[in-house]
Amino acid sequence: MIRLFHEVRVDWLGWRRFFIGISILLMLAGMGTALYRHRFHPNGTDAFNLGVDFKGGTVVTVRFKQPPAADALRAAINQAGIKDSVLQPVLDKKGEFLVKVPHQGFEESATGESQAGVDAARTKIKRALNTFGQEADPSAKTLEDDPKAAYKIEGTDAVGQVASKQLRTQAIAVTVAALIGMLLFIAFRFEWTYGAGAVIAVFHTVLVTLGLFSIFQIEINLTVIAALLTLVGFDVNDSIVIFDRIRENRKLYRRMSLYDVTNLSINQTLSRTVITSGLVFLSVVSLVLLGGETLRPFSLALVMGILFGTYDTIAVAGPIMVWWERRLEASNRAAAAKQRQTDPVSSRKSARTDRSRNGVGKPSRAA
Amino acid sequence: MKKRNLLQRSIVIAIVTVVGFYIVIGPHGRRPHLSDLRWSGIKANLQNNIHLGLDLKGGSHLVMRVKIEDFFKRLAEENALAAQATAKDAGYDVKEAHADTSGGTYRSILQVGDPSKTKEIRDAVEKKVDFSDRTGWSFASSGNTLTWTLTGTGQRALAESATDQAMKIIDTRINAVGVAEPTLARHGGQNSHEILLQMPGLQDPERVKQLLAGASHLELVHVVSTPQTQGPVQTYPGEQEAIASLNSGGKVPTNRRVLPYTERPELAGQDANANANVQPPKKWVVIESPAIVDGAQLRSATANQSRAGADEYEIDFSLKPAGAQKFGEWTGANINEYMGVVLDDQVKSIAYIKGQIFDTGQISGRFSKQSADDLALTLRSGALPAPIEYQEERTVGPSLGADSIRAGVRASLLGLALVVFFMLIYYRGSGINAIIALLLNMVLMLAGLIMFGATLTLPGIAGIILTIGMAVDSNVLIFERIREEMRSGKTIPSAVEQGFAHAFVTIIDTHVTTIVSSLFLYAFGAGPIRGFAVTLVLGLLVNLFSAVYVSRTIFIWLLSRKGRRAESLSI
Repeated sequence: MIRLFHEVRVDWLGWRRFFIGISILLMLAGMGTALYRHRFHPNGTDAFNLGVDFKGGTVVTVRFKQPPAADALRAAINQAGIKDSVLQPVLDKKGEFLVKVPHQGFEESATGESQAGVDAARTKIKRALNTFGQEADPSAKTLEDDPKAAYKIEGTDAVGQVASKQLRTQAIAVTVAALIGMLLFIAFRFEWTYGAGAVIAVFHTVLVTLGLFSIFQIEINLTVIAALLTLVGFDVNDSIVIFDRIRENRKLYRRMSLYDVTNLSINQTLSRTVITSGLVFLSVVSLVLLGGETLRPFSLALVMGILFGTYDTIAVAGPIMVWWERRLEASNRAAAAKQRQTDPVSSRKSARTDRSRNGVGKPSRAA
Repeated sequence: MKKRNLLQRSIVIAIVTVVGFYIVIGPHGRRPHLSDLRWSGIKANLQNNIHLGLDLKGGSHLVMRVKIEDFFKRLAEENALAAQATAKDAGYDVKEAHADTSGGTYRSILQVGDPSKTKEIRDAVEKKVDFSDRTGWSFASSGNTLTWTLTGTGQRALAESATDQAMKIIDTRINAVGVAEPTLARHGGQNSHEILLQMPGLQDPERVKQLLAGASHLELVHVVSTPQTQGPVQTYPGEQEAIASLNSGGKVPTNRRVLPYTERPELAGQDANANANVQPPKKWVVIESPAIVDGAQLRSATANQSRAGADEYEIDFSLKPAGAQKFGEWTGANINEYMGVVLDDQVKSIAYIKGQIFDTGQISGRFSKQSADDLALTLRSGALPAPIEYQEERTVGPSLGADSIRAGVRASLLGLALVVFFMLIYYRGSGINAIIALLLNMVLMLAGLIMFGATLTLPGIAGIILTIGMAVDSNVLIFERIREEMRSGKTIPSAVEQGFAHAFVTIIDTHVTTIVSSLFLYAFGAGPIRGFAVTLVLGLLVNLFSAVYVSRTIFIWLLSRKGRRAESLSI
């Protein structure tokens, strides 16, 4: 049989300062870039490249039979009275462009009867596109079905100010809600400290991923939020596998310290961690390669998430949990010692319960 | 392992598998026949059974918000005017009435001459005007001022009913215009007053948007002007000039309104969008408030050609008996005065009154056929209680959606192939086990989606990816554990048993955590996020069956063939 690892004995927790240092560095880099962009960038570039879902505005996907030069297209759009438009050719589809336009405000249409809240962007973009020829008939399924047409609008996404704000709040609320749900359940099944370790680790991954999205200015839209939720799922999954093993090992090796048990558990589950993450990573990479432009931000978020999610279970969740448990143990012991001076009978009892909860013996290594 | 146990398990698995496959690729609502087994039949059934979301199928998705502030504002203004009229009719000395709608509160305020009569006036007013606690108004008076305030609960209740009413009207309009299979639903949370409209297959929602957003608040009003005998109707080149003519210190008094009057330049046969940048010359007129009658009194409205053979249209309307009587009385008393037709706060046409008119009228204005038809339709369906604004508009062309599916499927197949390849190399015989479990998981997950009538969207596909990841993980957990147990010297059957037992605890923990957080997602998320949560929960539940129960059964079967002293296991 093929085996990835033979009897691994790595002192993972011994590396915890190094790991946590790297994590903090990554978070700082990401958040620093975001803050820098937010405050000092001359063109007022936003911290994140938010898609229309979260910023409001309009994106029109248009396909040409004879794609015009980008400059000509931009000129035509400016002519139609749209400022700050962004043109983005779709790499994997010939002749296709994304025209991104910030919120245009409401314009009264000349037809008069129903101007209420109709965003003018689509109409204006259409007017600009009409300078390159006729639009495909709405009944035509593809551009090629209409011989006279020069272009076809394949899709639009327009989101108003109120809705984009709602979506923004909702995205944050939903992510936080998912984390709280996990915290509660892990606390119920294990201990609060385990829950905190897992959730802080996941939160760290989310922040690092968002930081990378800021550094590389990858667009954040609704599907990226779905990806973030997916990686939250994977990440906590990883942590729980290790925690489960810790719980089991603590019963088996009652004399071993939490520090050693955690190391042992990480090592025992290491081949599982690597195989699962590797397999998921492979599928996600195939999504990046074949999933197309629409899914690109989604798949990139997953790729980063899987990488950091695997890393942070070992590097963040474990150390935090161990550190916290030790602090509890220390403060319990201090409290017990204090009580022993005043009331010798009850203190012995409480010391015993402490021990059964926090494991026996001192940590074998100095902190 | 016991033989009977194995048999029982096999039967359960066989039934679930067959039912699952039938739900996914079988015909629904008719008897299966032989052609359902052909590739084309399977494909057709699959397409019928799985409901794709608009992002995959193509179509238009509109989120509208009912501008509830406008509704409250109009209500407060109308009630203030009505209170004034009622108190005057009852013979009280009324100084002034107005509405205060600043800072999210809505008040109708009435100033009276005699502070000692406020109680009587209140009673008189509340007999006629609906200011009761039940409809959410609270009363207060100080000195000679009577104030009715719309309470928070009142606002919520009114907003709810206004949104529902708007939804009904929108429903009527959509049905009249003949959109195929529209879905109309409330959107967002309790206090969002949003309506979601999905129209599969519709690529350009421009016309529908115009049609729906038309508040179509029709009023017949008295235009303030010198009578026709002394010249044409009095108009002003700008709003300021019109207000200045009122000599009221730059403010519009409550019994007057200043509105734009557009003589329509719209020419027959020309695309409405093409001349959108040619602004017609605007004039302003002063009208009397309140209106003589409004759209609530409308009985019918139809679009007709203005002149035979011309490509110009007008809308003829008629009034209900009560409105007709009121209108008749007024026109009889105001011959040679000017009357205006106001639609959504714009004066559409002005005519002088030749003689008494009772129940019919026209909105002329050189409409094109389609805009006249649409306007007549919106008038018939009734006025929206408040204007609506579009908050989200998404359209997906059929090829864009198909591309997404194709790309997603291609990527998933490659991913799956890589996983299968690795599992077979690394776990050898047991890899087959994992692959069977994985495929069964996908089939059963689809079956579950179909059974619950859920729609498959892009975020839903993200849920499927996470499920597959966790399904692979379950198998890896089990296999690694079995290997570990074997290494520690256990016999094969006991290693398998122990492996499953230990891994099972972990699997339950990871699955339940994810399910719990999915429940939170479902509770706090909307639309796409919910789709993600539903797929995920379904996939994980299925996985407990396929990765644990089915996989275990296969191991039991393998071991039972080898007998008690099995010495090797391909893992």
